[in-house]
Amino acid sequence: MEFGFSEDQTLLQQTVRDFLEKECTPDAVRSLWERETGRSPELWGKLSEIGLPALMVPEVYGGLGLDERDMVLVLEETGRFALAEPIVTTAVVAAPLLGRLIDTEHSAFAASWLERIASGDALVAVAPEGQPLIADAHVAYLLLLSHGDRLYAAEPDHVQLTAQPANDQSQRLFTVNWDSQKALCLASGNEGRSLQAELLDRGAFGCAAQLLGVTDRLIEMGALYASQRKQFGVAVGSFQAVKHRLANAKVDLEYGRSIIHRSAHSVSTNSPSRSVDVSMAKSFIGEAARFAAGESLQVHGAIGYTYEQDLHIWMKRAWSLDLAFGSGAWHRARIGDALTEGGLSAPHFGFEPRGL
Amino acid sequence: MDLTYTAEQQAFRAEARSWLEASVPKQPLASFDTPEGFEAHREWEKKLHAGGFAMVPWPTEYGGRGADLLEWLIFEEEYYRAGAPGRVNQNGIFLLGPTIMEYGTPEQKARFLPKMASSEEVWAQGWSEPNAGSDMAAIQTTAIRDGDDYVINGQKTWASRGAYAHWLFGLFRTDPESSRHKGLTFVLVPMNTPGITVRPIEKINGKKAFAEVFFDDARVPVANRLGDEGAGWSVAMATAGFERGLMLRSPARFQSTARRLVELYRATLAQGGFVDAGLRNRVTQCWIRAEAYALNTYQTVSRLLAGGKIGAEASLNKIFWSELDIEMHTVALALLESRGELLPSAPAAGDVGDWLEGYIFALAGPIYAGTNEIQRNIIAERILGLPRK
Ligand SMILES: Cc1cc2nc3c(=O)[nH]c(=O)nc-3n(C[C@H](O)[C@H](O)[C@H](O)COP(=O)(O)OP(=O)(O)OC[C@H]3O[C@@H](n4cnc5c(N)ncnc54)[C@H](O)[C@@H]3O)c2cc1C
Repeated sequence: MEFGFSEDQTLLQQTVRDFLEKECTPDAVRSLWERETGRSPELWGKLSEIGLPALMVPEVYGGLGLDERDMVLVLEETGRFALAEPIVTTAVVAAPLLGRLIDTEHSAFAASWLERIASGDALVAVAPEGQPLIADAHVAYLLLLSHGDRLYAAEPDHVQLTAQPANDQSQRLFTVNWDSQKALCLASGNEGRSLQAELLDRGAFGCAAQLLGVTDRLIEMGALYASQRKQFGVAVGSFQAVKHRLANAKVDLEYGRSIIHRSAHSVSTNSPSRSVDVSMAKSFIGEAARFAAGESLQVHGAIGYTYEQDLHIWMKRAWSLDLAFGSGAWHRARIGDALTEGGLSAPHFGFEPRGL
Repeated sequence: MDLTYTAEQQAFRAEARSWLEASVPKQPLASFDTPEGFEAHREWEKKLHAGGFAMVPWPTEYGGRGADLLEWLIFEEEYYRAGAPGRVNQNGIFLLGPTIMEYGTPEQKARFLPKMASSEEVWAQGWSEPNAGSDMAAIQTTAIRDGDDYVINGQKTWASRGAYAHWLFGLFRTDPESSRHKGLTFVLVPMNTPGITVRPIEKINGKKAFAEVFFDDARVPVANRLGDEGAGWSVAMATAGFERGLMLRSPARFQSTARRLVELYRATLAQGGFVDAGLRNRVTQCWIRAEAYALNTYQTVSRLLAGGKIGAEASLNKIFWSELDIEMHTVALALLESRGELLPSAPAAGDVGDWLEGYIFALAGPIYAGTNEIQRNIIAERILGLPRK
């Protein structure tokens, strides 16, 4: 029993933080809003050089063979710097799902895409069952799509995209028209459903981990501004009403952190409680992020409500990630169902096994 | 990161579970805020001690079993699973005990810890005074050195279990010229010292839960001083850290309440009681937050075992558990509907359990151990770096 991170893991986090601090400044984020794709192949290339897309790809396919327990700290940093590139869908969702296909008839297909992801040569877009909007479909080399109990792989030539402009200027959302006849069915029946469930859980986990960094940044910006801005002859951050708003946001952030780290463990070990743990993480941090956004905005006053100030970069990211891969309400209802139906009845404490 | 228990940890859990199953009183004990209940709880503590489970993380020479903090969490989980009685000596074992380990002389450790572990001596905490609540540095009660004694004059208040306790630990002003945090000293005081008068105070349910303690030339040996003269504030801050942090309120306590809440919710559904989507959502939230508290504590313990320290983050815990506790009890009372108003003695009460009592107790959570406003100040200033003025 050891609920913490190794030196290597925190070192990796620091490396990514240093990198993004230089390469993913607020100005850089804004300048990508002006590009039609909203994406930067140069930046993706550099991210690939430091091994981000390859992180969870097995070593035999050119990856680093790490898992979610390493990735969770990296994802936090991508949230802290509002990175727009599709790291969650490519590295956290698609790569491990493809890895599940290695022992099936689609082995060769999976291996070749894993190699491409590891080398930084493939972005992947993914869609959970029932979700009409797909992020980053326009830049994807491969789309993993759900239909009924089946999971499909489609290549860009076989899909028709309609752009759906989003509030978060870094988001690129699309509805997709596609013909399942022309797509490759990767799994169906129980196997298909199980991969779909994993796809959703992985996406939700990835967003939750990013939201940690987003929330931290929102609180930090509020604290920094409140320490500098003076009214009535003193820093506004010396007023208790201001202090307590940010303190409340900080409490939720820190408890969210523990839940998210636990969900990293559950996803990486494919624990029977994976879905519950991910739902806890996603619902908790989504709410914490929205709350922090509201409190940070309030302590900023009018300046925080402007397009010019950077706060809205993270506010909008908080809102968009909160709604992606299942809203907080949806995830909480999933836990509520389990509590109601008795699936969570087995008495447990600490880390005793439990299922959904 | 490895979230599985080792074979030793599992064996320890099994041992604790079977001992507790065999030993926990079948009938709930009377409240430890009553004279009978206080003694009944001491009896229980004696049994716990004889079984070797009174203070598992303490060294064996002081009546513990030298377990690490993870085993302590496991023990607490089993303790709450078994529905074992509340710890009547919690101010001693959870707060003063660790402080003595850190600041006590070898003689003090040998003198106080074993009798604390067995609850032969039950402790009260004497910090608050009529004019020193949140502003603890405003303490006025003096302890003036006279030869080998301190002579204490003044008044403490709100001392939990002060009506029954054998000893009191407190902060006193040893330098009458001093002000604020300077000149304070941490002293251990026998309650039977001549010159001490105790006046019990009833809490809102009429039970004598705390007491005022008056000192009129009460003489206490200088040997009862914990830490240096004048250094009482920093010793007390260590105690406060244990209080706000993980010792006093282990996560199993709240997970156990959350589980009872889920059971109540299911029973209410099964009986066709009123449950709307809002209540269901709150039950779910409570369950999630109780989990969050446990996870956070495991994370803290892992950090401490790796040589880390717990500092101002203890304030995050204090806010989280105290507000969660109120919410869980509030939701339970809503599920009980009008029965939530009944005392357990009411013929129609049925199995309402102790939700009401728990609710009343929970309401004090944001007040004691440093109010939640003070905790929020600490978080804002020491963690987020906001200006004090
Ligand atoms: C059940 C219970 C058990 C207790 N047991 C003990 C015990 O065993 N030993 C002991 O010594 N004490 C004990 N106490 C006392 C407890 O420590 C004090 O009640 C607490 O420190 C608050 O002090 P106060 O009640 O004087 O409130 P005050 O300090 O008068 O505060 C009143 C209100 O003002 C707010 N306030 C005060 N200062 C500030 C500030 N700077 N910023 C913002 N808000 C502020 C407070 O948060 C509170 O809401 C106990 C209290 C309770 C309820």
